[in-house]
Amino acid sequence: MNPEADPVLRVVEVVAPGPYATVQDLGRPGHGHLGVPCSGAADAPSLRLANRLVGNPEDAAGIELTFGGARLRFPAGAWVAVTGAPCPLTLRVPEGAGGSGGTGPSAVSRGSGSRDTGSPAAGSRRDAARAPARPGAAGPYAPVWVPSGGELRVGAPTAGLRTYVAVRGGLDVPAVLGSRSTDALSGLGPAPLAPGLRLPLGPAAGLPPIVVDAAPPPPIPRGVLRVLPGPRDDWFAPDALEALCAAPYQVSRRSNRVGVRLAGTALRRVRDGELPSEGMVAGAVQVPPSGQPIVFLADHPPTGGYPVIAVVASADLAVAAQLRPGDPVWFRLR
Amino acid sequence: MTSRPGSGDRAVVRRAGESALLVETGSLEVSHRLDALLRERRPAGVTEIVPGPATVLVVAPGADPAALRARLSLLLGTARDAAPAPSGARGTVTVPVVYDGPDLADVAELSGLPVREVVERHTGVELVVGWLGFAPGFAYLTGLDPALHVPRLSTPRTSVPAGAVAIAGPYSAVYPAASPGGWRLLGRSSLTVWDTAADPPALLTPGTRVRFRAVRG
Repeated sequence: MNPEADPVLRVVEVVAPGPYATVQDLGRPGHGHLGVPCSGAADAPSLRLANRLVGNPEDAAGIELTFGGARLRFPAGAWVAVTGAPCPLTLRVPEGAGGSGGTGPSAVSRGSGSRDTGSPAAGSRRDAARAPARPGAAGPYAPVWVPSGGELRVGAPTAGLRTYVAVRGGLDVPAVLGSRSTDALSGLGPAPLAPGLRLPLGPAAGLPPIVVDAAPPPPIPRGVLRVLPGPRDDWFAPDALEALCAAPYQVSRRSNRVGVRLAGTALRRVRDGELPSEGMVAGAVQVPPSGQPIVFLADHPPTGGYPVIAVVASADLAVAAQLRPGDPVWFRLR
Repeated sequence: MTSRPGSGDRAVVRRAGESALLVETGSLEVSHRLDALLRERRPAGVTEIVPGPATVLVVAPGADPAALRARLSLLLGTARDAAPAPSGARGTVTVPVVYDGPDLADVAELSGLPVREVVERHTGVELVVGWLGFAPGFAYLTGLDPALHVPRLSTPRTSVPAGAVAIAGPYSAVYPAASPGGWRLLGRSSLTVWDTAADPPALLTPGTRVRFRAVRG
């Protein structure tokens, strides 16, 4: 049987997930009033790009790696693209599978289509399943053909924190409230990836062909987060916004998909008492009693009771999502 | 109450980043009315409406903030001036409870009431879902008898079972799923308040009236 058509083989096999990996799409917005976080890719533009590179809709589910380190096997072969924090990639290709020439986008000649793989290069990678493996070439920010039985190995990122792996067809795990995302706060969605897990792939038939050879990797930004004051800047000393922007903060090890916890100048409140619980947005710079701010990411709670001094610009949310423990962060008023 | 037109609007509709506005309603009742108005006629581009005890957060990525602010100020005026919603306008849910919770005796001691009266006071009033938070489907029920306002546990439990009926401060709740929790457990209910396959997945939504009823275990 053609391995691409076999639903048992149309999976991603997690050989190793790295330090922390989850399935993510663009989340489940619209349920905040029911206590449900939005969730979804912490660095959404990177997931969208990875999906575009393999001809998926931008909201298809992919894998979000934290500190890279994953090994993913594709029994039926698949087109993949890796974006976000740039990692070295290697491909272990069974002998007899599509040669290394078929693994890079440079080998993708356009025009004559094959069945559902988006490229004629895919035609050369049959019956390779259990043969001895040899290394193949692969790189981030480009579509990569992983031949049948091939394994994609993602190293540690050279910069940034979260790397995205999109697979043509998307990951077809069950959706919960309209999303396949793992929500680290509430536990909705699939469990984090574990060795041996097999994630089913959605159908690739009907997807547009892969037409992009490579996307220019975006420059690794410094940790500058532009913020708009409020909604609760009036809970703080008049110089608190200035203090927030005056000196860099350092990203704490206790950061996660819920938020980036920071250490630095404590922000002084002028109001005592508790703020009644209120709706929170992604990018909110929430200040607990310690005065050490937290920048909310995708899995932030939909409501909270600590005042928000400022909110990070939407365009800089992806920057916040790529901050590593120990990184410096500068806030800038806009 | 008047709608405070003009200069007051800037103070009551706050910016929450590029994509959201936080409307200060001043009360849970006005929050509920504004929430209902917004859901009836959702302004273009609005993706989230999150009511709180004194605010409603409105998220609308890409919407024109000035136009949305003007619309929200107008709706806030309507919500403030509207007559109170008739009781039960958003439905009434009866929650059967087996009152055998591990903290029942402590609550009796803290409140200075016999256990029997703790149960009577918990079942004796109609509560209203204020807002949801903490966990999917976790509804903060307002209107608890003041005699039952007790502090939360000093050390939260690492796991509270789904269906646990609890109180803390001025609120009561039914735990929608097993989770850590610091509220005091009065009993348990067989009622499912959270089901991701249902629409809506939460049984208790803002404005819903709730009655607890004692049943045998």
